[in-house]
Amino acid sequence: MSELKHPIYLDYSATTPVDPRVAEVMIPYLTEQFGNPASRSHSYGWVAEEAVENARADVAQLVNCDPKEIVWTSGATESNNLALKGAAQFYKSKGKHLITQRTEHKAVLDTMRELERQGFEVTYLDVQENGLVSLVDFEAALRPDTILASIMMVNNEIGVIQPIAELGELCRARGVLFHVDAAQATGKVEIDLDKLKVDLMSFSAHKTYGPKGIGALYIRRKPRVRLEAQMHGGGHERGFRSGTLATHQIVGMGTAFRIAREEMAAENARIGALRDRLWAGLQSIEEVYLNGDMEQRVPHNLNVSFNFVEGESLIMAIKDLAVSSGSACTSASLEPSYVLRALGRNDELAHSSIRFSIGRFTTEQDIDFAVKLLQQKIGKLRELSPLWEMFQEGIDLNTIEWAAH
Amino acid sequence: MAYSDKLMDHYENPRNVGAFDKGDESVGTGMVGAPACGDVMKLQIKVNEEGVIEDAKFKTYGCGSAIASSSLVTEWVKGKSLDEALAIKNTEIAEELALPPVKIHCSILAEDAIKAAVADYKQKHAK
Repeated sequence: MSELKHPIYLDYSATTPVDPRVAEVMIPYLTEQFGNPASRSHSYGWVAEEAVENARADVAQLVNCDPKEIVWTSGATESNNLALKGAAQFYKSKGKHLITQRTEHKAVLDTMRELERQGFEVTYLDVQENGLVSLVDFEAALRPDTILASIMMVNNEIGVIQPIAELGELCRARGVLFHVDAAQATGKVEIDLDKLKVDLMSFSAHKTYGPKGIGALYIRRKPRVRLEAQMHGGGHERGFRSGTLATHQIVGMGTAFRIAREEMAAENARIGALRDRLWAGLQSIEEVYLNGDMEQRVPHNLNVSFNFVEGESLIMAIKDLAVSSGSACTSASLEPSYVLRALGRNDELAHSSIRFSIGRFTTEQDIDFAVKLLQQKIGKLRELSPLWEMFQEGIDLNTIEWAAH
Repeated sequence: MAYSDKLMDHYENPRNVGAFDKGDESVGTGMVGAPACGDVMKLQIKVNEEGVIEDAKFKTYGCGSAIASSSLVTEWVKGKSLDEALAIKNTEIAEELALPPVKIHCSILAEDAIKAAVADYKQKHAK
């Protein structure tokens, strides 16, 4: 009988477990301090309101902004929707042109598509081979009628860090609003909104050891950014986002972001060492390719293509590891990752990619187990692969006329 | 994705993995699919003088369903005449392995691989 055990979790970019220290502080706000933060007439409400404001200050402190610039949302997807639709709709009389890049999260890309339906024009910038947007391309895309640009800080699939400071300068110089999706960045890279020329920034709690279902949007006050609300109701959050505040979730996000601020430096060093150990181990395998820039990258992410092995069969072979595949055979569509395609990766490599994302609870033993398993399974799958056989025979696969189906 | 036990068995213990000499007169080779689509199957049949497939080998680059489908057809074609092998339908493969709807194309590819291998053999022997 095989022992029932959980696979090793190397998918921290998908979501993180709630840190036990976070879960602990959340619980009293479900059962005891359950008041509505908007209740002004009794202590239940006051206590809840104080907790919400303390959490707001914790979130603000991690990114060095004024707590008044933080608005609670249900997560980064909602923050992106509110930022992009809200700004585009408010400033539409100034212009109708928006800019983003092809490797954004769907929460930005699909929102941009919706704005196109509403009559806006969107430029989708290509990225360079290393996954980074070119400042020259970005500057060239700015037009007199451009009102808003949106570039993520850290890419969710390949972990590369975009040049937000430089992009912000370019936008500010031309009076273009700049939105940054920082869902994958908090607790991983320093964010200083006092220095960055960023007008809107999206955050999520559950990528940083907080609970799912809560996020925030930073909305700059100086110079002031205005948005058209997308959720109407009781006028909560200064009218930007109505709806009773989820006190326990907010307290969780605040605590998670406070821990991130206190522990980020030590944690990044530890995680970086684990990532390097993983990469060193994987490089013992032939025909392994790193996707995305290695320097401009968070230490948590390693996205690797195993040539001549298909992603879904690899995921099946390494079912003792919980990882993500860039090959969308695992999802509903049969397309390979649009992010890897945007880097110019060919189909085979895009289909054979695995995203390893390391986090707070990953150990050296986990990494060593993963390396050993991969060495073994890649070998097995390549024995099965006609592409590997052709490669061994010295046949250039690009010279073959494949019958697409 | 939840796969059937039969499919998992073929995936984990694939039958008849390997290759015959492509140049051998008794061997028919079929390669179908494309890397761009995420699967490529190579099926080889070895045909004896009575026109019966006496052995088969495969290699597949693709998802678990593609590997299992091709492993299964190597078992099915053995002992069959060329015409009997051509009569294998993708729906039978899909049913045997309980392929989920999004993976039906894997069974179609396996059927195509049989057709391609038989066609290659016949071409070698066309006088």
